[in-house]
Formats: sequence, C-alpha cells, structure tokens
Amino acid sequence: MSCEIDIAGLVKRFGGNTVLNGIDLCLKPGERVAVIGPSGTGKSTLLRCLNFLDPPDEGRITIGDLSVDAARAGKADMLALRRRTGFVFQNYALFANKTARDNIMEGLTTVRNWPKPKAEERAREILQQIGLGDRGDSYPSALSGGQQQRVGIGRAMALDAELMLFDEPTSALDPEWVGEVLDLIRRIADGRQTMLIVTHEMQFAREIADRIVFMEGGRIVEQGPPAQIFGNARDERTRAFLRRVG
Amino acid sequence: MRPLDIAYMWELVPVIAGYIPLTLFMAVIAMVAALVLAALLAIVRVLKIPVLDRVVAVFISFFRGTPLLVQLFLFYYGLPQMLSFLTSIDGVTAAIFGLTMHFSAYMAESIRGAILGVDRSQWEAAQSIGMTQGQLLRRIVLPQAARTAAPTLMNYFIDMIKSTSLAFTLGVTEMMGAAQKEAAGSFLYLEAFLVVALFYWAIVELLSVGQRRMELHLGKAVAR
Repeated sequence: MSCEIDIAGLVKRFGGNTVLNGIDLCLKPGERVAVIGPSGTGKSTLLRCLNFLDPPDEGRITIGDLSVDAARAGKADMLALRRRTGFVFQNYALFANKTARDNIMEGLTTVRNWPKPKAEERAREILQQIGLGDRGDSYPSALSGGQQQRVGIGRAMALDAELMLFDEPTSALDPEWVGEVLDLIRRIADGRQTMLIVTHEMQFAREIADRIVFMEGGRIVEQGPPAQIFGNARDERTRAFLRRVG
Repeated sequence: MRPLDIAYMWELVPVIAGYIPLTLFMAVIAMVAALVLAALLAIVRVLKIPVLDRVVAVFISFFRGTPLLVQLFLFYYGLPQMLSFLTSIDGVTAAIFGLTMHFSAYMAESIRGAILGVDRSQWEAAQSIGMTQGQLLRRIVLPQAARTAAPTLMNYFIDMIKSTSLAFTLGVTEMMGAAQKEAAGSFLYLEAFLVVALFYWAIVELLSVGQRRMELHLGKAVAR
C-alpha cells in the first residue's frame, strides 16, 4: 500500500496538555477519510497541525515527495506544506476586504505568482463549480453563510492541493445552508480529491468517506470502512460515541 | 472696554494666510512620516518581535508620557549640546521630527488596536493558502485595519495641524509665529490671536467635513 499522505507519530502539546498523542495515518491517492469523535479530542488540532496552523511538536508529515520532521521544521517547510494543502475553516474565514472572486484568486496571484488573467479564468471556473457564477463581485458580508462557506471551499480548491482539509465545514452554518455545502463537498469527493474531513455529520461521513477514523483522547481509537465502523465497531468507546450521536 | 479693530484684523488676514502653506507642509510631512513609523511600531507590537517589542513599548510610553513641548525643546535645544551635528538643524525640521515621534506613538496604539480587531481566523486563512507574514499583513490585515483606524487617525491629523503652532517656540515663523510678530508690533494681541485662532478653526472645520465624507464613503464600501 503506497501512502500519498503519511502522518507518523504526530504529537501536539498545548502547555502541559498533550492534545495529540502519537497519530499515525496513511492516505492513499484519492482517498477520502472522515475523522469523527467527541469534542475536544484533537480532531481539529490534527488538521491544523498538518499545515502548521498549530505547529506539531513531534512526528513526521509526508505529502507526496515533501517530508517534514515536525521537531526540526523551519519556515520553508511550513510554507511548502501549506502550499500542498487546502484548508476549509469552520467559520469560513473569508477575507472581508476582498470579493468572492478575489478570495479565490488571492492564493494564485499572491502565493503562486500566476498572471492575473490566468487566475481570473481559474476563479471563473471555480465560481461556476461552487454555484456562485454570478456572485464573484460580492463581498463576504453580502453573502449568506452557505455561500460564504462555498467561497471558502472554492478558495481552498483553487490551490489544487494534494490534500484538502475540512475542519467541521458545516458546524457554524444555519441548518438551511448545510445541505448546499455538503453537496459541494460531495462533488469534490466524487472527483477523488484526497481529503481529510472532520465532521459531526455522521450520515454524510458514511456516504462520502472511504474510511472513518474515530479519535478520542488525542489518539486514533479505531478506523475502518464506514460499514464496519457504523455497523460493527470493535471498540466499546466507538460504539458508545455512536450511540450518543446516533 | 475698547471695540475690536476690525480693519486691522482684515489687514492681518492675507499676512497670516501667507503662512498656511508652511503650517500645512509641516503637518502633512509629519503625518505621512508618523503614519509609516506608527504602522511599523504597531506591527512590531502585534507580532511581539523579541527585544524590538520592548524597545517599542518604551518608545511609545515615553512619547505619550511627556508633553510635546518638552519633546520639541529636547530635540531642538537639548540634543544638539551633545550631538554637535544637530546644531545645524533648523526649527522646521526639528518640529517635523518632534511631531512625527510624538504622534507616531499615539497612532501606533490605534493601529495596533485596529490590527487586533481583524478576525484572527483571517490571519489563519491567509497562512493556510501559503501567504508569508508580510503578504498577509500587506494584503489582508492592514487594509482592514486602516479602515477601522481611519477616523481616529484623522483626528490625530487635526490635532497635528494645531500642534504645529508649537513650532513657533523653536523660532519658526508659521501661522502662530506670524501672529505673534504682528501683535508684538501693533500691541493688538487680541485681534492678532483672534485672527490666527479663526484660521486654525476654519482649516480644522474644512478637514472635518472631508472626514465625514470619507467615513460615509468607507461605511458604504465594505461592512465588516
């Protein structure tokens, strides 16, 4: 089995508190993995460590031919990792001073130094894909929550990253907007984009994921295909969690 | 009680008006320099750059904690006694320098507050798409902070214009200095200082109108 993304022995401490306690995870090309588990068990921290929004303390992160040792990572490693991962935030985190189109283009023009016409062309495609072809000139404040999150996803898509990270992408949304955002993520998943998604939407995780990872207490307790985890979990902690949320 | 010598006041109008350019020159140069310096100071504070952060904190504390007049005297009359190359500096330069230092300390604090007011998640989003710290400050954070800080900074500019009158204590003949000279010749202090007061008032009122227009415009652009 060849890993496109390989996470080995990832440890993150906040003060004296160990939030991630040795995470090992391998994603094959095009694999879609959903991370579930109780609140405060390090799911979001795992995602944030992968692109160094929270720099991990120990472990190794490998994405394609880039391999970074957390303990010795410098600024260049950090930027390199970020350029290979797209991140979708729970609260959208759109740039308030930029239009939907500019939010999507920013990474292309500023970070990748694409010429503006090329970036505009790409932004146009993405706006179409996220169903906002006519809202490119709108500022985030003029968009609904669901539209904002779709732009947030579009901004991450623009990077054409090897790995897309979704950090509870629907948790901050009013119920009426959840469906359109999940639909978009589903379409991205259908394109066999390698992705790691932290979510509380169990039904959704079951539908789109090739594999479910259950985390508790900063560790991976159990992982397997959705049918196995949801139908026949081996670990009592997994079963207890699923009973609570299900 | 004697009546105001209105005719004399009219005579003074063109005299004082002739010094408006120098007053505005000092205020504009000092404002631009103070803005740049304040932005740098604010960035050092926000990013908590080691050592520099402490230096900047002391700088801000000193220039906010001592009177502008004392600072101007220090620069113009005091420092040249130790640093002889400063003896050749003229009053206008010293006044611009002093105003820049003094106001940058205040403005740095407003800019710092405005930077911290930009939602932390936007910093993270900018980082997540691979932007460097310089890129995210320049393209995402500072434009939004500028919008928040603009009304306060405009108030400092107004204060700056009025504070240029202190340059007269360094021997600079600007609006206030001109009024003082005229009054010393005619002994009509009330008329001379009243005219110069009206001039400052008019300039500040004009700017306030501009400020209100600008705020309306900014308010319309992007609601945060």
